[in-house]
Amino acid sequence: MNPDVLRVIGLERRYDMGGEVVHALRGVTLTIRRNEYVAIMGPSGSGKSTMMNILGCLDTPDAGEYWLNGEEVSQLNDDALARVRNREIGFVFQTFNLLPRASALHNVELPLIYAGLASGERRIRAEEALTRVGLAERMHHRPNELSGGQRQRVAIARALVNRPSILLADEPTGNLDSTTSEEIMAVFEELHTEGQTVVMVTHEPDIAAHAERVITLRDGKVESDRASRESAA
Amino acid sequence: MPLLEAVRMALRAIWAQKLKSFFSLIGVLIGVTFLIAVVSIVQGMNVYMEEQFADKLVGINTFQLRQRPGIVMENVNEETWRAWQRRPRITYADARFIRDRLPESVTTSMYCADNVDVSYGGKQAKDIELAGTEETYFSIKNYDIASGRAFSEQEVRAGSPVVVIGALLGEKLFDGVDPLNKSVTIAGLPYRVIGVVKKQGTLFGISLDKFAIMPYSAPARRWICPHNVLDEVEIKASDPTAMQAAMAQVEGLMRARRHLKPAEENNFALQTAEGALEGWKKISRILMMALPGLVAISLVVGGIVIMNIMLMAVSERTREIGIRKALGARRSDILAQFVVESATISLVGAALGIGLGIVLAMVVRALTFLPAAIAPWSVGMAVALGVLVGVVAGVYPATRAARLDPIQALRAE
Repeated sequence: MNPDVLRVIGLERRYDMGGEVVHALRGVTLTIRRNEYVAIMGPSGSGKSTMMNILGCLDTPDAGEYWLNGEEVSQLNDDALARVRNREIGFVFQTFNLLPRASALHNVELPLIYAGLASGERRIRAEEALTRVGLAERMHHRPNELSGGQRQRVAIARALVNRPSILLADEPTGNLDSTTSEEIMAVFEELHTEGQTVVMVTHEPDIAAHAERVITLRDGKVESDRASRESAA
Repeated sequence: MPLLEAVRMALRAIWAQKLKSFFSLIGVLIGVTFLIAVVSIVQGMNVYMEEQFADKLVGINTFQLRQRPGIVMENVNEETWRAWQRRPRITYADARFIRDRLPESVTTSMYCADNVDVSYGGKQAKDIELAGTEETYFSIKNYDIASGRAFSEQEVRAGSPVVVIGALLGEKLFDGVDPLNKSVTIAGLPYRVIGVVKKQGTLFGISLDKFAIMPYSAPARRWICPHNVLDEVEIKASDPTAMQAAMAQVEGLMRARRHLKPAEENNFALQTAEGALEGWKKISRILMMALPGLVAISLVVGGIVIMNIMLMAVSERTREIGIRKALGARRSDILAQFVVESATISLVGAALGIGLGIVLAMVVRALTFLPAAIAPWSVGMAVALGVLVGVVAGVYPATRAARLDPIQALRAE
């Protein structure tokens, strides 16, 4: 198997902001190997959100190539991108993005619905995923009946349920207190140990320090790409 | 995404906002209620008119020779009415002339009637229809004799003062006593009751059992069949074809007898059950023609309401749409979700409307004489219209939802 799960070459993305063209990405090239734990850092305006959107196949680059798991995905149409998001990517958002009126179980089942699984199979897999993040007891609760940490665990279970190639986390601890943040980071750590590729976007150095490798963006370019302090130590 | 999944999702969304969903489906509900109720009431009316009204008033395979139409359901102008009244009356001689020339299988009876008072002992029944007929009248009207007997040809020839009464008149006047062979007073003259006719029921809620039948030649004739004049000649054939033939024959006979030139119109009327129903059929046709318009208006309004609610739902749930897209929902999945949701709302409205329409029809049936019956086709049509309205109303909002950019949608509050 190709050890590179993700490879981007010369990625560019421009936005037209009311006549003014903003270059969010100006030729980013990087490779992420299977089972890596990578943090993408950078100040606001560095292009890390754009990077996140493109890596998550929510957006497509204006120039450059994006190879995900051996497939060039930068030029795919909407439906094909939806399929890639469904099968290859697990999202974890800062604001959790759970459906408020649905139980934890139903939230976790969502990606499986779009994958076309039958309801029996869906339920088994969703229960498995929730059990894995330690929420076996609270599957039938709605998000508003869960704490922030629990909500983010539901989101992680949802991201994992379709066994994606990469887990993509966008400021996953941004809405959590420090104790809960540590718990969530422990979950990522554990997933990484189990072989999951994790890509995390954050502006907090403490959080980035949990990763093995830290890529820093500035002005739409890679400023630095190095092993994190902890891993180096 | 399979349809079942979309329906499950839709029901979840609808249930989450019960009140809003209910208000949004009210238009469809009203339209469908209207459709079901009006169709069943009109059809009930049709059945009633065909089975009860025409047969009870005119009779099967029966027609009447009259001076002018007796059952008129359309507007007749003054002039026509006057012309009808100037026509010659139908006479005893006309009746005999026709009877002698019609085939054996065709039965005729003279008929004249008016409302009189009938009394027995101290009791009096007012406004009783007293008919003067021949003995053949009972078979023409299909009257079964419950007790006693009908009068005979001899009694008709002799003008005997005998009378056969309707069931209700019997109950009213005799109050449990056997009316047979009792002497009643009709228009001041004594009559012997010789038979009671089996109960006929009601028409438009009016009893059909308040009558007395005597030989047309009996003494009271001067009140009901004066100067050799009849109200009608009742003519009954064995089947519809024979009736048509008999009608043609009677028409020819009367024209010849009255020396009408080919260009002249009939100066008499032949009335059939069909003819009596024509007016009603016209009304029913107009109702049925107006119905689609009325239903369409409420369904269009209902559809617009649903479309608005769906547009609101799409903007309220932009974030949800973003989440679903991020998790792998394709455009077609989002489209299907909202179209199915809209169709489900509309269909629930249609289902409630069908229920309410049925209840309305049943209430009409229970409270009136109309046998309002649910027409299966109207239920089928209501379901089809419900789905159609929902799908049409849902397409535009769903398209907008499907086209949302996932990044923008995820940023929505």
